Amino acid sequence: MRRERRSVVAVERLGPYALLRVDRGGLEPGVPGQFFMLEAPGRLLPRAFSLCLAPPGELAFLVDPVGPGTRALAALEPGEAIAILGPLGRGFRLDVARPLLVGGGIGVAPLPYLSEALGRPPALLGFRSARHAEAAVLVPNAQVVIDPVLVTDVLPGGRDVLACGPEPMLEAVRAAAPGAQLAWEAPMACGYGACYGCVVEVDGALRRLCVEGPVLSCSS
Amino acid sequence: MLLLNASGCLDALAAPAVARTLDAFVTKTVTPEPREGSPPVRIAETDHGLLNAIGLQNPGRERFLAAVLPEVVRTLARPVWVSVGGFSAGDYAETCARLEGRAGVAAVELNLSCPNVDAAPASAAEIVAACRAATALPLYAKLSPATWDVAETARAVEAAGADGLSLVNTIRGLALDASLRPRLARAVGGYSGPALKPIALAAVYACRRVTKLPIVGMGGIQNGRDVLEFLAAGATHVALGTVLFADPEAPRRIRDELAGERLEEVFCSAHGAVALSGNQGLRVR
Repeated sequence: MRRERRSVVAVERLGPYALLRVDRGGLEPGVPGQFFMLEAPGRLLPRAFSLCLAPPGELAFLVDPVGPGTRALAALEPGEAIAILGPLGRGFRLDVARPLLVGGGIGVAPLPYLSEALGRPPALLGFRSARHAEAAVLVPNAQVVIDPVLVTDVLPGGRDVLACGPEPMLEAVRAAAPGAQLAWEAPMACGYGACYGCVVEVDGALRRLCVEGPVLSCSS
Repeated sequence: MLLLNASGCLDALAAPAVARTLDAFVTKTVTPEPREGSPPVRIAETDHGLLNAIGLQNPGRERFLAAVLPEVVRTLARPVWVSVGGFSAGDYAETCARLEGRAGVAAVELNLSCPNVDAAPASAAEIVAACRAATALPLYAKLSPATWDVAETARAVEAAGADGLSLVNTIRGLALDASLRPRLARAVGGYSGPALKPIALAAVYACRRVTKLPIVGMGGIQNGRDVLEFLAAGATHVALGTVLFADPEAPRRIRDELAGERLEEVFCSAHGAVALSGNQGLRVR
């Protein structure tokens, strides 16, 4: 775990999302599915983002500007600097035979970097609108469905599923693909195990996402 | 002056490198029985602070004493203060008795004021008295600012045998989302961060006027200047809470900022404020 102030290289618009590219400095990109805490200008607490892409010399994060922190991050200008802590948590296991990446909405964020690590396997992405689906360009070999069609409507069997998305989608994927690796989301204050704020309830037990996750295997 | 963490704001085993930047580490509150804690959502940032309802999640006294505490002591090689919680004076006293003679335990902080669980029916002074009878370890009483007269509680716990005060715990708050529903699953939580600082300073100031006990000041400290304000108001030591979530390097940064402050000027004003509040013992190490 390392914390550095890094400069913004660019902020690119992808539908309603913003791809925030920062200069990598001494930060390691980590394992796909791991996350970073990004200082949100003007806010008390940083925000958690899984790494979306690791171009040479850079780290890139997909931001959905839905609240004051994410809006401040999406409004950053090239040259501005923010503190970044990471990589944090546990990412995806990459020892899978027949990977299928499944993403929903902003949950596509970790999939581009994961796709690279796994040699561009097939992906299945779901979005609520065509405008949101513009983010699909980040993921190679992706089939895209748009609401009311859901990823679980077209999910093939016999694959090693690695998924990230809203909780109802993860629950549905889990029911359809036992053994799937799921990247969960919860509000986080610290990202490094200090606050006990980021629990999610999985199979009746509370799991601390920042240290046990964010990727949890549902067979466990 | 010692720089500590506020209880529940740092996990020494998850982040030992951070804990080692403190003069002493304060554990998350341990209760007699294990507690799973509150359901999610547990935290919500507001414009001026952080609302939390963790619900005293902890492994319980037996596992804490057998596994967690020895590992924390071994890992940190730092003095450890154990935060003790409970639901009766006997709960607190039993844990204190069991901490007696444990290697590495430098003090006990009695969490008399968690805003996320029902308070023990016993008064703060009754709990302190029971613990005093159970241990010779230094006892710090952690008090809530949500009282009409925190100085009165301070006097009462001092008379009951407390060795120091920890001021303050979070204060109850509620935050609503865009659709006017509570953002936390438990609705109400403990409010911390910069919004708490003036409240905490007032509590330190009020207690310093009635006692010479050491006071650990905490509540919204973000930087070195905030530390000086707490010392000026009458704190002996300070603890960092919410700032650790945003910046795990805060202890080192704040020490650097303190070293960079124009201490003589500050000490003149600090002594002014301290004289006002009756503190004779302001020292910075």
